[in-house]
Amino acid sequence: MQPIIEIRGLEKTYASGFQALKGVDLDIRRGEIFALLGPNGAGKTTLISIVCGIVRATAGSVTVDGHDIVRDWRAARSLIGLVPQELTTEAFESVWATVSFSRGLFGKPPNPALIERILKDLSLWDKKDTKVMALSGGMKRRVLIAKALSHEPRVLFLDEPTAGVDVELRRGMWEMIGRLRESGVTIILTTHYIEEAEEMADSIGVISGGRIILVEEKAALMEKLGKRLLTLHLQSPLDAIPAELAGYPLTLSDDGRELVYSFDSQHEHTGIAGLLRKLGDHGIDFTNLRTEESSLEEIFVSLVKERA
Amino acid sequence: MNLHAIKAIYVFELARTWRTLFQSIAGPVISTSLYFIVFGAAIGGRFASVEGVSYGAFLVPGLVMMSVLTESVSNASFGIYMPRYSGTIYEVLSAPISAFETVIGYVGAAATKSVILGTLILLTARLFVDFSIAHPFWMVAFLVLTSVTFSLLGFILGIWADGWEKLQIVPMLIVTPLAFLGGSFYSISMLPPFWQQVTLFNPVVYLVSGFRWSFYGAADVPVALSLAMTALMLVICLAVVWWIFRTGYKLKS
Repeated sequence: MQPIIEIRGLEKTYASGFQALKGVDLDIRRGEIFALLGPNGAGKTTLISIVCGIVRATAGSVTVDGHDIVRDWRAARSLIGLVPQELTTEAFESVWATVSFSRGLFGKPPNPALIERILKDLSLWDKKDTKVMALSGGMKRRVLIAKALSHEPRVLFLDEPTAGVDVELRRGMWEMIGRLRESGVTIILTTHYIEEAEEMADSIGVISGGRIILVEEKAALMEKLGKRLLTLHLQSPLDAIPAELAGYPLTLSDDGRELVYSFDSQHEHTGIAGLLRKLGDHGIDFTNLRTEESSLEEIFVSLVKERA
Repeated sequence: MNLHAIKAIYVFELARTWRTLFQSIAGPVISTSLYFIVFGAAIGGRFASVEGVSYGAFLVPGLVMMSVLTESVSNASFGIYMPRYSGTIYEVLSAPISAFETVIGYVGAAATKSVILGTLILLTARLFVDFSIAHPFWMVAFLVLTSVTFSLLGFILGIWADGWEKLQIVPMLIVTPLAFLGGSFYSISMLPPFWQQVTLFNPVVYLVSGFRWSFYGAADVPVALSLAMTALMLVICLAVVWWIFRTGYKLKS
């Protein structure tokens, strides 16, 4: 199936001479949640802004559901909803007016029933007549989401959707995004909370220094790059790793009370059994053991560091 | 043509007018009434009639024009500057709406407000002085043309300005002086010959003169010239707006 978004050779150099994007190629599959991760200034917002028509590309092309964003801009843009990173809201308008305005702006006839449903879904219904400026930050964020959803987009861009939103509300937002995905909307989100990407995304792209350095399905990424650690809590602390165990990638921590062994979970022979036998042979006893795998956050940090 | 979008912008902008009804309508109406009281009743009584009309009646078209053009500029500039300032412009830029449609929405709303304002001032003036309108069609034509032209100018100003100060400075330093010196309060034939020549460089003179002609059939400059100058200003503003959207000037990087 044709990807819903196809980006080819996308470049952007701002008037200041800053090159925000240095040739981005990216396909986003229909109906998936795609998380775009990257450090500050990596080009996330520039990339989104070009697809949405807010920033002009210096070179390259973007199509949305087959519509070129320059030649066929009207068709491309009507498919896209954008929730910007900044809380840019009208001040004096009511929630109802500002959300209805967005629907009209995207060329859709009024549909009060739909707006009502969106506001109820986002727990904004009782605030519909409130002026936007009187709302809390979390509510303003939801107003922005309601505006983006008001014209029934097929692709939804969420630029840092849960920044400044409390934990409980963040959970609620994740659920809502999950429901949208079930209704067939493709969702592209950028986030600083790697936990968020780990929780929701189907695919993950990492952008750094204006280049996409990796695109992978989340599960595959976690497996491929994930390192596992085996930590043994020792009965009596060690000063140094015994010479007999030099062949294993071991480190001591917690003042010699813990022995940490890192291994590749993909490998057929993890070497755990051999290690434990050797420890027994040398009379090193342990009281407890645990294994852990690296989180997406650790993977991400090591990836970005590697390329920097 | 994205008619829903034009309507959305137009309705949204006019809603701002209703919300700030006092400031946007009552304010200019009250200040115009004050002009009539001071210049028309208090001072005007000592003046002989100008071009065969009483000074009070002579004032009417000039005062309407002055309010319409200053309010058009300030309204339209505020209308487009506000979303740029707050950042909500992102939505208009990302919407499937063309430059032309955007301008119709914003400028249309500002011009509509100016026409309503002009009409209200005329009705208010009727309470103070007796006047007649010789050419109602041309009166409306001049009113609408001026509203549209100066709303376009305001739109350009609102895109050019990158601070509240700049937004104020053009109306204050350029539009208001031109309006005051544009023959709202006097006929330019009352000026010494040299200043009569200088005044002809002020575009407002042509607007006021044409508008006054539609009331009393007398004008400082030929009415065809008034019409041509108004049309010329309209074309210049349209060209600048076209250039703004073509280059993305201050709207898109």
